[in-house]
Amino acid sequence: MAKTLYNEPSPLETMILSKRFRLENSHTLDSYLANGGFKAFLKAKEMTPEQIVDEVKASALRGRGGAGFPTGMKWSFVPRSSPKPKYIVVNADESEPGTCKDRLLMEYDPFQMIEGILIAGLAMDSHKGYIYIRGEYRYLIEHVDRALAEAYKRGYLGKNIAGTGFEFDLYTHSGAGAYECGEETALLDSLEGKRGIPRMKPPFPAVAGVWACPTLLNNVETFSAVPEIILNGGKAFADLGTPKNGGTRLLCISGHVNKPGVYEVPLGYPMMKAINEIAGGIPNGKKLKAVVPGGSSCPILKADECDIAMDYDTLAKVGSMLGSGGMVVMDETTDMVKVALRIMRFYAHESCGWCIPCREGTTWLKKILQRFDDGGGRKEDVPLLGELSKNMLGRTFCALGDAAAMPTISIVEKFAEDFEKRLAREMVAV
Amino acid sequence: MTFSPQLEERFQKMLAAYPEGRKRSAVVPMLIYAQDETGAVTPELIDEVARRCQVTPLQVDEVVGYYSMLHRKPQGKYHVQVCTNISCLLVGGMELYEHACKKLGIGHKETTADGQFSLEEVECMGACSWAPAVEINYDFHHHITPEKLDQLIDGLRKKQ
Repeated sequence: MAKTLYNEPSPLETMILSKRFRLENSHTLDSYLANGGFKAFLKAKEMTPEQIVDEVKASALRGRGGAGFPTGMKWSFVPRSSPKPKYIVVNADESEPGTCKDRLLMEYDPFQMIEGILIAGLAMDSHKGYIYIRGEYRYLIEHVDRALAEAYKRGYLGKNIAGTGFEFDLYTHSGAGAYECGEETALLDSLEGKRGIPRMKPPFPAVAGVWACPTLLNNVETFSAVPEIILNGGKAFADLGTPKNGGTRLLCISGHVNKPGVYEVPLGYPMMKAINEIAGGIPNGKKLKAVVPGGSSCPILKADECDIAMDYDTLAKVGSMLGSGGMVVMDETTDMVKVALRIMRFYAHESCGWCIPCREGTTWLKKILQRFDDGGGRKEDVPLLGELSKNMLGRTFCALGDAAAMPTISIVEKFAEDFEKRLAREMVAV
Repeated sequence: MTFSPQLEERFQKMLAAYPEGRKRSAVVPMLIYAQDETGAVTPELIDEVARRCQVTPLQVDEVVGYYSMLHRKPQGKYHVQVCTNISCLLVGGMELYEHACKKLGIGHKETTADGQFSLEEVECMGACSWAPAVEINYDFHHHITPEKLDQLIDGLRKKQ
């Protein structure tokens, strides 16, 4: 039976991870088991750890949190034979502006994510995991807690899972409001009960993660894709997308579209088709001005750059990123000065303050943009914004500095006329 | 300090979730759940969490300023959080926030004189495709217009 989610589905979707979302009681273990649940785990139990990792490698699955690192390769970095305990940590700190998909995966199919974690546990010889959920998602922490309790009760967590002899304990862990904790090493510090400050890499978490033990960290969506990969094979998953960009992803479309929503599409899906056909086009016959392809950290694309296939490599070729799947559509009436300012207010607020280029850079960029928006803009501010941002690139401790600089550089370079218009207006006013 | 039996049970589970000697991990989750009962992170609560997690009070205190959801002063009974980040901004989030300021007669991180409502302009809270969004305490409200916000607030006022 169909149920209404946050938005209506599109007939153009390819539902792999979201295929059970609209089943009545899709969040329950009974529903999950009745619809193919835990078959992948039982299949993985018969495979060697190497075979599991190879299958994930063959799937061309790439991290769905934002960076797009090949998942199978990340799994292969965890030293299975380490005498230390190995941990699995799920990044459910979904906070990249424009992104709202992990919510749905945890709300409508939490057992799919849990099964993915267990399969990773088999591959890593890991027996303990934590789902780090942002504090604002309290209802989801409680929702996932109920799913975990049900799994324990029915023998799908704890000792001797599904009669296989495999043991795994899984817990939720609440964040308390900090974008920076989505960065994997900051998340680990936060999980240890500290301020979420990024760590120097190397060592990478695969070698020395939480409590200095080998740790596998993946996004909710990444783990949720694993059962499908094991059950139907890595190749079938890879074939859904484009070369080196396997599978589908949950695209969060927001902004100026008639039907904003979360829709599942194969990697490589045409951006304009997503905007015009899936999301119903731009309201009131307005023209497209710009698109944030994958969360506010990504360089913005101008309308004439949007005739593009959405996969990691194609977006990288045009100097942007597929990111977290948060696609923000802006129509011709959008004032890019206001967009740049709002994005920078966010990064200045969320900079953890650990390194100076990020802490001071975001603060100064915010001040310049605020002054500009308030009507005090100067001609030299436009190159200054670009120069300051470029000075941050690659010089900060973690990716937050780049995340703040990249959209700003792209806005200043691609939408200089929005800044010039403001300056012209002020000249008239004087 | 004593907490409700439900919270005590939650704390027991929390402390058991981390490996031996790693109770510090429970600091942040314990603080956020505790402040829902105590109303704020008080010095007394800091000492209590430190004792339970076997860390120093300073190790608890230093995280309070870092996480935006932890607060040392009580908020309103209903904490109204309006998102103005990019996806919400494009579809009226800023106007919604300004409307909330007028409606409640308070600004960012302020509380009404009767202690019933507090307001916060918040960063992206993961409701982008159903924007503009408001979270009141822990309840999400999607596709919010100024009129819908009035209804929500008026409804909560009547509930008092």
